[in-house]
Amino acid sequence: MPDEAGTIGLRVARYRPDTDSEPGWQEYDVPLRREWTVLDALNHVKNEVDPTLSFRWSCRMGICGSCGMDVDGTPRLTCGTFLADFAPGPIRVEPLSNFPVVRDLVVDIDDFIQKLPRVKPWIIRDEEKSVDEGEYLQSPEELDAYKQFSMCINCMLCYAACPVYGLDPDFVGPAAIALAERYDLDSRDQGARERLDVLIEHEGVWGCTFVGECTRVCPKHVDPAGAIQRYKLKAARESVKALLLPRGAR
Amino acid sequence: MNGVRTYRRPISTWWWVGKRTYFVFVMRELSSIFIAWLVVYLLLMIAAIGRGADAYDDFLRFAANPVVVVVDLVALAFVVLHTITWFGLTPKAMDVRAAGRPVPAAAVIASQYVGLVVVSAFVVWLVSR
Ligand code: SF4
Ligand code: FES
Repeated sequence: MPDEAGTIGLRVARYRPDTDSEPGWQEYDVPLRREWTVLDALNHVKNEVDPTLSFRWSCRMGICGSCGMDVDGTPRLTCGTFLADFAPGPIRVEPLSNFPVVRDLVVDIDDFIQKLPRVKPWIIRDEEKSVDEGEYLQSPEELDAYKQFSMCINCMLCYAACPVYGLDPDFVGPAAIALAERYDLDSRDQGARERLDVLIEHEGVWGCTFVGECTRVCPKHVDPAGAIQRYKLKAARESVKALLLPRGAR
Repeated sequence: MNGVRTYRRPISTWWWVGKRTYFVFVMRELSSIFIAWLVVYLLLMIAAIGRGADAYDDFLRFAANPVVVVVDLVALAFVVLHTITWFGLTPKAMDVRAAGRPVPAAAVIASQYVGLVVVSAFVVWLVSR
């Protein structure tokens, strides 16, 4: 393909809270460059065509997790989504599903920010070692056990892809549960019990019906669906244990 | 967020029709109804056998009814879907490790089909003895 092969249409969802009662569509034509991503196209629109268009981005390299949008109906990082893959277009660009829209392509992720600390995504120790005793050591195998789940960039694509979260906003959701699993699997952590108390609730892991779409859209191969199913096994084991064993043996 | 008028997009009742993966998911959930039907069917058959030859003949007549045959065929299709989708999901739910290394997903899935074949062969052997 030549460097520039004409133009491609962008069909962008717009919502201006001060004037619009609901979102509408606006069409833009942008140059179809082989190396351009959807985010590049949006920046082109903002810089050259329509400075009122609002969207979030920062790193342009799949690290910050702020550029997530629904592209042709699928949640994606727009900085890693190439225009050429959607030729001849037009490409539909919408704010991430399942979140309230603040303006144009910007969504309000407060709900996730409220939920995240509930799963205690930090290392919990029964007793902290003193600094003099040195660091907590970890073998490469112990690191491998949780590394995949630690790659999450909080991009919220998995929440946008999850119909359970869309229908029941109380559901803790994929990334938060994957992060709980990340700390549970960390050899330095002793907080599994505390996290289970939160996740064993109906809005915890049992809300998930294993659609699996979260794993499919995750740009970092975190596999939140896998984390949730493993958590279910763990929760079920604990429930059976609680039923069968006397208190002291648990 | 305080002071900002956000817009909540309504979710259509038909959210699952537009995307293949959502559609397969809803069909997979629906398949449990047909699994339940096959269990009822099996129980009816066992009850008929227990009541004697006449009752069993009645059951066979019921089973040959075109409506029942169609329901059973649809049920079979859903059972196949149920089996394939759930077998496919097993490696996600279970972190199987052998000698400390994760077992590849394909091996986990394949082992379930092997199990299915073994059990089926045993059942065939049992009834055709
Ligand atoms: S689990 Fe994946 S899709 Fe979900 S927030 Fe983390 S990186 Fe994004
Ligand atoms: S801009 Fe940072 S992930 Fe896309």
